[in-house]
Amino acid sequence: MAPASGIEVENLQRTFKDLTAVDGISFAIEPGEIFGFLGPNGAGKSTTVLMLTTLLPPSGGRASVAGFDVATEGPDVRRHIGAALQEAALDPLLTGREHLRLQASLQGLAKQTRDARTVELLERVGLTDAADRRVGGYSGGMKRRLDLALALVHGPSILFLDEPTTGLDPQSRSDLWEEVSRLARDEGVTVFLTTQYLEEADQLADRIAIISRGSIVAEGTPDALKGEIGRPSLEVVPSDAADRERLAQVLSEFGPATAAPTGAAAVRLEAGADGLAQVVRRLDAEGIGLNTFDLHAPTLDDVFLAKTGERLADEAVA
Amino acid sequence: MTSDLARRALLRTLRQPANVVPVIFFPMLLVAINSAGLDAASELPGFPADSYLDFIIAVPFIQGGLFAMLNAGTDLATDIESGFLRRLALTPVRGTSLLLGQVAGVVALSLVAAVVYLTVGFIAGVTVAAGPAGVVALLVFAVAIGLMFSSIGAFVGLRSGSPQTVQGFFPLFFVLLFLSSANLPRDLMEQDWFATVAGLNPVSYLIEGIRSLVVTGWDPAALWPAIAILVVGTLVGGAAAAHAMRTNLVRT
Repeated sequence: MAPASGIEVENLQRTFKDLTAVDGISFAIEPGEIFGFLGPNGAGKSTTVLMLTTLLPPSGGRASVAGFDVATEGPDVRRHIGAALQEAALDPLLTGREHLRLQASLQGLAKQTRDARTVELLERVGLTDAADRRVGGYSGGMKRRLDLALALVHGPSILFLDEPTTGLDPQSRSDLWEEVSRLARDEGVTVFLTTQYLEEADQLADRIAIISRGSIVAEGTPDALKGEIGRPSLEVVPSDAADRERLAQVLSEFGPATAAPTGAAAVRLEAGADGLAQVVRRLDAEGIGLNTFDLHAPTLDDVFLAKTGERLADEAVA
Repeated sequence: MTSDLARRALLRTLRQPANVVPVIFFPMLLVAINSAGLDAASELPGFPADSYLDFIIAVPFIQGGLFAMLNAGTDLATDIESGFLRRLALTPVRGTSLLLGQVAGVVALSLVAAVVYLTVGFIAGVTVAAGPAGVVALLVFAVAIGLMFSSIGAFVGLRSGSPQTVQGFFPLFFVLLFLSSANLPRDLMEQDWFATVAGLNPVSYLIEGIRSLVVTGWDPAALWPAIAILVVGTLVGGAAAAHAMRTNLVRT
């Protein structure tokens, strides 16, 4: 059984006729942790969220959320969770304040506490000034913030955010990240976050699971996952294009070649960043002039590539 | 919970003038046109009312019900389409409360519309043969008609999940109004096929029940069929809508 505000998933499956959307995934999330569920569109992220939030019965396996089984103890699970699902589901004809009051009522908050909770949440997500405007006139970022506030009305110990920043501008995205971080840090809320943005998972999540075609292909902290890939890559553009071949040959002494843009050569440094000085000396000795000389630390996209053979960044515009 | 959901449904409707104006003004416009154009019909031998206005004032009650059907169905279908229903599914609220809340809001508008119909009617000279208690009965009929039609609308909205489909159904129901005894008593209809269709059309009996309160007084022969149709229609529509709500509100 999962801890009071944790999540435990064992061999969870969901099929739709012939399609296996989630294929026996397992993981555990500790209370207060931000868990990033990273994958491209159609990987099975949202199906997993729907199962964990009790909105879709699993086809197999088991999952417990806040200590309750999602298949057999749905009402108990729902009492402990808040969720902002894909696309902020708001009523454009209601104001932000009316949304929060309605949600507070439906969540069973006592009448005398509803207004105070509404004011508190509006303040927290920075919507006090827009509280009495109809949501139809809100920007995408404002809608997402209201969506988050609605998920928090009843003070859940576990928060599910399904691609919360999709379509947001950088400022709105950053504001949302800050609030999610604060919730986990200051209030001990466990956050299950799905995203297709590498940067989001990297910055926000304590741990990440990468899902591809319904299966988890990697799991760990962002640093540990990148550490698995281990070595940084070096990308060099010679000052004289004619030196490109010679440059590639020299670099190959330091590790396997990797994909590089036209006119450049790139290599995965076997010795890591420590081997950089030796590369510079070697190039100098060969008399190869340099235009650019870039060291790339491993990214989650490299992890994704290593685990799935595909690049996530090709599908998601981070 | 239900009252908050009803409040939301009412607010939604009131904030869409395109949903309010037809409910209140369109039926009255039709009454004005028909009572002016068909007033001579009241001279026909066997016509049950002294004035055509008394005869036709029952019709807006049905039109109001049809608009309640449209509003309830469209709102619920929109909630499915936008994901709002899924948000509600994550709260402890029960499906029946959601349904009742939606329907109650729309029915409240039916009641307000009925008050307007009667007020305008009284100003124009309508008299209610059943007296003050008959006026109360007319308002109860308005609520019951709104309830029955909105439960049917809710079923269509929940079943289809598409506001466009609900709007597509609306004219089909409107046709029932014109194929009824809305404009002429059944025994004065010259076309046999029309009289037969009107005789098979439940809307005729609803109109005749309401009409009897205005024109005749307390007439059990006219009132009971209308009441029976409302009870059966509401039970069937409500059960179908509740089932459709359970299907939509999938949660473990």
